[in-house]
Amino acid sequence: MLFQNLITKVTERFSDSILDTTEFRGETVLHIKGECVLEVLEMLKSEGFHFLADLTAVDNLEMGGFERYTVVYHLLNHGNGERLVVKAYIPENNPNLPSVESLWRTADWQEREVYDLFGITFDGHPNLIRIMNPDDFKGHPLRKDYPRIGKGERKDFPIVERNIGTKFRRSES
Amino acid sequence: MDRRGIKSNFLTTTVESAINWSRKNSLWPMPFGTACCGVELMAVLAARSDIARFGAEAIRFSPRQSDLLIVAGRITIKMMPVLQRIYEQMPEPKWVISMGACASSGGVFDTYSVIQGIDQFIPVDIYVPGCPPRPEGILDGLMKLQKLIEKEKISDYSHPHSN
Repeated sequence: MLFQNLITKVTERFSDSILDTTEFRGETVLHIKGECVLEVLEMLKSEGFHFLADLTAVDNLEMGGFERYTVVYHLLNHGNGERLVVKAYIPENNPNLPSVESLWRTADWQEREVYDLFGITFDGHPNLIRIMNPDDFKGHPLRKDYPRIGKGERKDFPIVERNIGTKFRRSES
Repeated sequence: MDRRGIKSNFLTTTVESAINWSRKNSLWPMPFGTACCGVELMAVLAARSDIARFGAEAIRFSPRQSDLLIVAGRITIKMMPVLQRIYEQMPEPKWVISMGACASSGGVFDTYSVIQGIDQFIPVDIYVPGCPPRPEGILDGLMKLQKLIEKEKISDYSHPHSN
């Protein structure tokens, strides 16, 4: 199926959940509502976009956009080399999406990363726990309202002292 | 003077200086390389710089068998408990070199996840500046550490609770 035909077909079938279709540097971007992401991506996968090249998120705190959070899916069609970007918008008060782990196994860790750093939860994910920050970490540090230098977690460690040889080395070094 | 008991040459010294001399010339480093400094540390081990000239070529990847911890690279909040555990596993006497800007001060990574200087949480003997330091810088740090070890007193190594 020709690329433009596919885009038309998708926009017709999901007409009430497609927010916009734009193009940036030769790549088509499909802006959709968060709740229908699984259905849209399932259709795109069956139409040849077999490969999830990347899954990431954006916090649009002061950047506009349809909602506060965007989850971005980069799809690749290995058959003809076509690429497609799907952007799913989700609101601030309920950052929640259906998981696409059932379509692509690789989404498992990438959704965990988005959850860890942005606090976006994924329904149907098999193991939604932190992947980068320590397990007892509080907060989601890639949100734009999280302070860059953190909330004191980098100072929160016990101090290991020298247990012998202190007298000499303290005075000399 | 009766010399019948002496079979060959000998020299006199003190136990302290003999121990310090052997310690400073056979430092066994434990490399804790977490970033590009770790790659630069490998260059110090290689033929051109050759840290073996200073007796510190026996790299041990076990803290139990080493007495010099070289922290090469940025330490994150997830890595700091690991670093502290490794430091505590090393037997005394032990020394620590903080190699490069990141280990010493956090470097350019002034973010929530990077420790702004490992000396806040573990003892450090020598700081080597640079991003990353040249091999000459690391060798200079090692020689400065050797000078420190030279001056150590055995009495300082008595256990603090023994008397």
